[in-house]
Amino acid sequence: MIAVLAAAAQNADAPVYVAQNVAFGIIAALMVFSAIRVVTTANVVHAAAYLVMVLAGAAAQFILLGAEFVAITQVMVYIGAVVVLFLFGIMLTKAPMRGEEFARRDQWLAGLFTSVVLFGVLIYGLLDGFGRSKIPQDLQPTLTGEVSDSIFGTYLLAFEAISLLLLAAAVGAIVVSKRD
Amino acid sequence: MLLNQFLVLAAVLFCIGVYGVIARKNGVLVLMSVELILNAVNINLVAFSAMTDSISGQVFALFVIAVAAAEVGVGLAIVLAIFRTHKTVDLDQVDLMKG
Repeated sequence: MIAVLAAAAQNADAPVYVAQNVAFGIIAALMVFSAIRVVTTANVVHAAAYLVMVLAGAAAQFILLGAEFVAITQVMVYIGAVVVLFLFGIMLTKAPMRGEEFARRDQWLAGLFTSVVLFGVLIYGLLDGFGRSKIPQDLQPTLTGEVSDSIFGTYLLAFEAISLLLLAAAVGAIVVSKRD
Repeated sequence: MLLNQFLVLAAVLFCIGVYGVIARKNGVLVLMSVELILNAVNINLVAFSAMTDSISGQVFALFVIAVAAAEVGVGLAIVLAIFRTHKTVDLDQVDLMKG
């Protein structure tokens, strides 16, 4: 957060688009809070609910960035399918609903250290590399037609590979979880 | 809007996800933390797409969403298989390979 303020102070003379920035700040704070709760809450079902908050916040950020199709896909695939899959996984594995007694592993301190160091390095790199980069002020929403032209033109081969990957993953999931 | 505000938000989410992967015991929660990491990547991709006025970043974000869906399917199947053989999803007790 301090890093964002420092970066904003460098560009104090630039025109500020207050509405977008306020929306970004509120959604970002909500996302960070929810993400922290996902990894710290003892109740696994609550973690899934907080994950929904993070995913919906990400969809809102995509809309702020003019990527409407990605935002809709995020809502449909993540909130609609992935979270439901997680809830089924929680149900089928008898996850502790009333709080895990030992929610953290022994090496949680190492995890905290790793993520804090990683965060420091990332922030340094971002401020050093993109300190003054701006998103164009005349940002227009991307037309879905352009996205589909790109998928079925430039990235057709990657699209086919993704299709095969999804098929293989579906078959693999059935095989792995099959009772025999 | 600054580009960095989106990149810093993604970095925060990424680091929280890394902490979750390392620190949590429950296998399902580790998969959720992986989703946090993938979402951070998506925010970065879309932000760069908006900055460079190029559509490629959004297409990559869609691909990442598809791969994440496949990953969750296979990951949860593996967690279920582990639960069936070990009667637990506690990653500290699933140490067949003594890693």
